[in-house]
Amino acid sequence: MPKAYIDGREIELRPGERLNGIQAAARAGIEIPHYCWHPGLSVVGSCRMCLVEVGTRDAESGRIIMLPKLMPACNTPIKDGTVLVTNSEKVARARAMVEEDLLLRHPIDCSICDKAGECRLQDYHFQYGQGERRAEIRPFTSRKRDLGDVTLFIDRCVMCGRCVRFTREVSGSSELLVIRRGAQEEIDVLSDLPLHNPLSGNVVDLCPVGALADKDFLYKQRVWYLRRSPGVCTLCATGCSIWVEQNQDRVYRIKPRENPAVNQWWICNAGRYGYPLVHDPRRLRGVTRRGGGSAVPLDGNVFSREIPQQLRAAGKLALVLSPFLTVEEAYLACLWIRGLDAAAEITVGPIPREGDDQRFPGGFVISAEKCPNRLGVEEIAAHFRPNGRSYAEWLEAAGRGEFGGIWVAGGYVRPWIDEAAAARMRHARLLVVQDLFPSPVSDGADYVLAAAAFAETEGSYVNARHRLQTARRAVRPPLDNRPAGPLFWELLGRSGLYDPRRVLSEVAAEITYFSAASGEIPDVGIDLRVDRLAEVAPRPGTV
Amino acid sequence: MDNYQPVLLAGVGVEDGHTRAVYEARGGYSTLRRVLRESQPAEVAEAVRASGLRGRGGAGFPTGLKWSFLPADHPGPVYMCVNADESEPGTFCNRVLMEHDPHQVLEGTILSCYATRASTAYIYLRYEYPLSLRRLQQAVDECYEAGYLGKNILGSDFCLDVYIHRGAAAYICGEETGLIESLEGKRAWPRIKPPFPAVEGLFRKPTVVNNVETLACVRHIVERGPEWFRSMGTPPDPNQPHDPGSFGPKLYCVSGHVQRPGCYEGPLGVPCRAVIDDWAGGVRKGRKIKAVVPGGLSTGLLTPDELDVPMDFNGPVQAGCLGLGTAGVIVMDDTCSLIDFLYNSCRFFAHESCGQCTPCREGTAWSLRIMERIKAGGGRLKDLDLLLEIADGMGIIPGTTICGLADGAAWPIKNAVRKFRPEFEEYIRRTNPRGYLATQPVPALHGPVMPRLEQPRLEHTSSQGGAGDGRTQAAVAGGPVPWRKTIPLG
Repeated sequence: MPKAYIDGREIELRPGERLNGIQAAARAGIEIPHYCWHPGLSVVGSCRMCLVEVGTRDAESGRIIMLPKLMPACNTPIKDGTVLVTNSEKVARARAMVEEDLLLRHPIDCSICDKAGECRLQDYHFQYGQGERRAEIRPFTSRKRDLGDVTLFIDRCVMCGRCVRFTREVSGSSELLVIRRGAQEEIDVLSDLPLHNPLSGNVVDLCPVGALADKDFLYKQRVWYLRRSPGVCTLCATGCSIWVEQNQDRVYRIKPRENPAVNQWWICNAGRYGYPLVHDPRRLRGVTRRGGGSAVPLDGNVFSREIPQQLRAAGKLALVLSPFLTVEEAYLACLWIRGLDAAAEITVGPIPREGDDQRFPGGFVISAEKCPNRLGVEEIAAHFRPNGRSYAEWLEAAGRGEFGGIWVAGGYVRPWIDEAAAARMRHARLLVVQDLFPSPVSDGADYVLAAAAFAETEGSYVNARHRLQTARRAVRPPLDNRPAGPLFWELLGRSGLYDPRRVLSEVAAEITYFSAASGEIPDVGIDLRVDRLAEVAPRPGTV
Repeated sequence: MDNYQPVLLAGVGVEDGHTRAVYEARGGYSTLRRVLRESQPAEVAEAVRASGLRGRGGAGFPTGLKWSFLPADHPGPVYMCVNADESEPGTFCNRVLMEHDPHQVLEGTILSCYATRASTAYIYLRYEYPLSLRRLQQAVDECYEAGYLGKNILGSDFCLDVYIHRGAAAYICGEETGLIESLEGKRAWPRIKPPFPAVEGLFRKPTVVNNVETLACVRHIVERGPEWFRSMGTPPDPNQPHDPGSFGPKLYCVSGHVQRPGCYEGPLGVPCRAVIDDWAGGVRKGRKIKAVVPGGLSTGLLTPDELDVPMDFNGPVQAGCLGLGTAGVIVMDDTCSLIDFLYNSCRFFAHESCGQCTPCREGTAWSLRIMERIKAGGGRLKDLDLLLEIADGMGIIPGTTICGLADGAAWPIKNAVRKFRPEFEEYIRRTNPRGYLATQPVPALHGPVMPRLEQPRLEHTSSQGGAGDGRTQAAVAGGPVPWRKTIPLG
């Protein structure tokens, strides 16, 4: 096994593995500070913060020969016998010099800077900088420039060039550029070509300092008040891994969570700025009973007491599952409805689509399918109702009055149903709708329940590439809401609190498609196709 | 040395020497004909390797070794870049070659391309050389007419196209990877190495970048053989195991306070004093030498006592300079202020720093700020130590930055302050009698490093109150200077 040595610690390299000095040191638990290097971008080696001493160790004699000059760790490939020294006096002096250089013309306005608290310049200066300021360069300027989707605080920039490389290599839109030369260099755009592309928000994450500011987040919250929980973006079938950052049950921003199997380091602007729907005042609230033209707020416990009898009395039942439900919610809903009526019809609601998949040079894909869990919900529906009818056929049947009771388990983030379709559903004697926003079908329903938005619910989604990922709950839903998971858990008479983890194990044991999800789900999710390689025959479609 | 026959400059001064007819009459292109008829590319490359030719662009890297890094089995294309972006202050030998004898350069280029199997050569020409552009373009056109360029040159299966690319007046484009980036149409930010251009260069193909003078030497090596080339110059230093020696003819550019500034040719290893006194006629008006830049501004300074160093790739290093550089000798007599020299040097490098690497971008600008303040009469003795520390941070050892510009910016500071410290101290004491020992920060004297077009020019007024010793300082009226108005978008 090839070995490398970092500050005397030995690390093993797996065969064929290509690491640079920063990655190898991280494996040894040693941080090499860096600004310009990013695993998702090309290596330029210009910030010079990662300078380390590099040498080679002769395997036989054990002699170590060091290079006389400092080398950037980001551009040093680690091979068998590579030796890195990151804690020497020479390295410390080089780092202190770079830190001092970067602060020469920096306005040091941390107190009003959005990045304070998660700023590399701050962190590294505390760790590697020196206390004394020797430069007498004044006055500072603190200028701001509108680049389009983001704001640039020009004088905070350390010229790492990550944002410029991102727009060239990942988004492919090349809006950002460097103007002028030397110490006068600045990031800019052409006046008629502002930074505006579906991935532009990522440059804010990439910026190691406070130069690029998110217009949406600017001055809203100090980052040290935020708590983050791992989530999954539910706005398209790519299912990016995200961090949901909240303070006191209010979501303030969404950040990408690194996931090499899905979104790498990026998310799109739709996902990043889509969180306000969680706090949308137009959202449905609580449980409402309608009848005789009036809507009466209903206690959730009363609802769950009276609804089983009402549905049993209604006759033939039907369940509409939206592709926004988690696997666990859909499973519990099916389980419950089949318990009431073994012949209940189960169908998957309309799949929102917009245009075609958007592909970017860096490999990022924004899916045309604007829902997180079509595959998962379809598999659940197919398990309980093999060869079920498609939504269109089902709607026809509903229009003929075939069903006595219809339960719509919604959760759509955008308008999804028109008046004609809603009228067909109203043929049922009892119509129960759980959804995020009022719609024609909720207007005519007998019971209306508020659904949970993505940050309010814990559960699993299967993305367009059959990868199951689990999202944690980030914020609590409003107190009177009865989200689908806990509701069905209660209706099924299960004891204790809703436990999606246990439900998923049940699903994995029950349904072949989900069998890979039986164990612990890693942060990056799990590919459900792993266990199904032998299965050749195409499954009958369920939509 | 009196009997030295110029080789590279042989065609200079010949009437219409820049035309093909005259060049051919002087024996031009006969070597190319012979090589294409009789020799294999490897033989040409071997001759260059055996000659010990080292790059004339400043770093002195052995040319044959550089060529040998090209991957042997690459399907191609291989590119040749001719570095004619001669921008080092005090250097103009390439200009002489290109203006007076462009065919010599072209023949060397064609031979080098043949040796390296390059199919396209780009001549990256400095913007400020319009006559060179005309002469070179005329020479290239004549070569196409005569079949020295194009498809199947002189009936062989060797094909070569030559394009002249005119730069946009940036010093950094003379750095080989900066040149490549610029040729690709990008910002001339030098690339981090490895990969070296020989492996992945222009358009991500194997690329050789050679200086104009290097290629001119190739023509003579191929014509006269490596033994002739090794017959002049300095043999390897036995104390330095890796020293390949300094062989061959070299063009020396002498400028500054001398009687006859100009471009002179001689073997490598001529003592600096001989260059100044014998060729350039000594210091003007019989004055004394104060300091000499041995090889272009980046290489640092020699004191009058150090003038006996041989001008080869090792000599100036032994006197504490960066290297031979381009052998652009700048002579300063005793009327010249070294404060002004260092201020100008700092200004040049702050202006030309590409701004990619932190130590260079900030270090050059910072040292310029300090020099501005010292020059304006606000210096303190401790500034000299700070200058040295900044210079050491930029170029403590090669490798603090991606390219060598930071080293080049650091060396004049190191040499000037270390070798001429009494002059700096005397100046600071004289111009800042009240504050030269101060350790507290002084109020800012200056606005931005370099005024921009949009910005009001700094007014030079006599200092207000206090130090009424007649010195001037730049006063910034009304607080911070607006740098750039932000234009709202959309």
